[in-house]
Amino acid sequence: MAIKKRKAGAGVHFFANPARFLRFARRIYSWTALIAVACIVAALVLGLAVVPADYRQGDAYRIIFIHVPASWMALMIYVIMAVASAAGFIWRHPLADLAAKSSAPIGACFTFISLVTGALWGEPMWGTWWVWDARVTSMLVLLFLYLGYIALHSAYDDPTKGARAAAILALVGVINVPIIKFSVDYWNTLHQPATISKFNRPSMDASMITPLLLMVAGFIAFYLVVLIIRLRSEIAARRIRNLRLAQAGH
Amino acid sequence: MVTTFFNLVGRDLRLALRGGIGSLVAMVFFVIAATLFPLGVGPESALLERIAPGVLWVCALLATMLSLDRMFQEDYDDGSLEVIALGPLPLEIVVLAKVLAHWLTTGLPLIISAPVLAILLNMSTQGFAVLIISLLLGTPILSLIGSVGAALTVGLKRGGVLISLLVLPLYVPVLIFAVGAVEGAIFGLGAQANLLILAAGFLFFLVLTPWASAAALRMALE
Repeated sequence: MAIKKRKAGAGVHFFANPARFLRFARRIYSWTALIAVACIVAALVLGLAVVPADYRQGDAYRIIFIHVPASWMALMIYVIMAVASAAGFIWRHPLADLAAKSSAPIGACFTFISLVTGALWGEPMWGTWWVWDARVTSMLVLLFLYLGYIALHSAYDDPTKGARAAAILALVGVINVPIIKFSVDYWNTLHQPATISKFNRPSMDASMITPLLLMVAGFIAFYLVVLIIRLRSEIAARRIRNLRLAQAGH
Repeated sequence: MVTTFFNLVGRDLRLALRGGIGSLVAMVFFVIAATLFPLGVGPESALLERIAPGVLWVCALLATMLSLDRMFQEDYDDGSLEVIALGPLPLEIVVLAKVLAHWLTTGLPLIISAPVLAILLNMSTQGFAVLIISLLLGTPILSLIGSVGAALTVGLKRGGVLISLLVLPLYVPVLIFAVGAVEGAIFGLGAQANLLILAAGFLFFLVLTPWASAAALRMALE
């Protein structure tokens, strides 16, 4: 019975070696940055200039091309963060912890952008900067989840312990996200506010979908670029810390 | 094992009793905060009646948040947490014992003082029973979720404020469903659905949180 020999570094532990990851990152970095810039610029040009104005909302709807992709990124990054935390917690994958730690600020910024662009859109549309809508409240709570994760990480002196504590928080938080969504949805339908008109997003015309998807692709590429930058600095910081500890004789 | 469990609960209760008035910090804060609201928004009874369930529950939530760092911190500081962790009880059961003691010293005083404060806030009498039931179901959930936050920050120097930030997203659904239950009773919409969800949440967190808290404690005790 031939034993199948696995190629060295197959599977999820491919990037467990930081040096191998750094080599891979250096290869894809400039391409990813180029794709990010190209997609975002193309999406902005298409969305702001080329695509015709909406028949109901006029030109003000164009902020959707930033607002919706930012919201998707905020949620997607949280899921990535939770999966990476689980991988780091269960398999002690060294880069998974760092990937989760590096993704958190990016996700928090996207959540913030989503909330701010939503407010900027809401003012001309609904006449109010803020509304305690189910979706908006869920995004606000998501921002607090991100901030709590970042705060917990930075509160620990020992980065390994901080990573494991934050991983527990991320996993408990990911279970909480559907609970929050359900509870806030339920709370909002129970107290139906009379003056807020529900904005039904109409099914989008194909010409409008293109800049949206382009922006999502651009944001994903942007996230990867920033992730690589942050991971590089995290790996370097860990090396510096180990050198200092070795020098101090620990 | 059962006697050990109750010995642990009894130990925490005795320590709380010896701590004097300081261990009633949650109830004191609850009373103070709930009293400040009418002073702030004005004594107009219709307004107070409208906001009473929400104000009561928010104050109960904040009071619980304040008392959370007492759950593990003192035992961790003087080393008795390590001794308990080395004992015969699994760490998850230790967490449950701590949560029970915390609820008896924090949640139960809140539930006892809630009706008086509800009168002060001019809450409609139709909501009193459901208020008590929602507190009975909700405050154990707050203690359970709070144990995760307390366990995650037990080794930190300035972890107290961080606990509130950590448990806040988890407390939001409890708040929404609990206030929904009380207002449902007041407005005649029925509180059963919300109370059942609260009960389900209690069972859910009863199973989940000891595991998370024990993992965090193990990490802190390494």
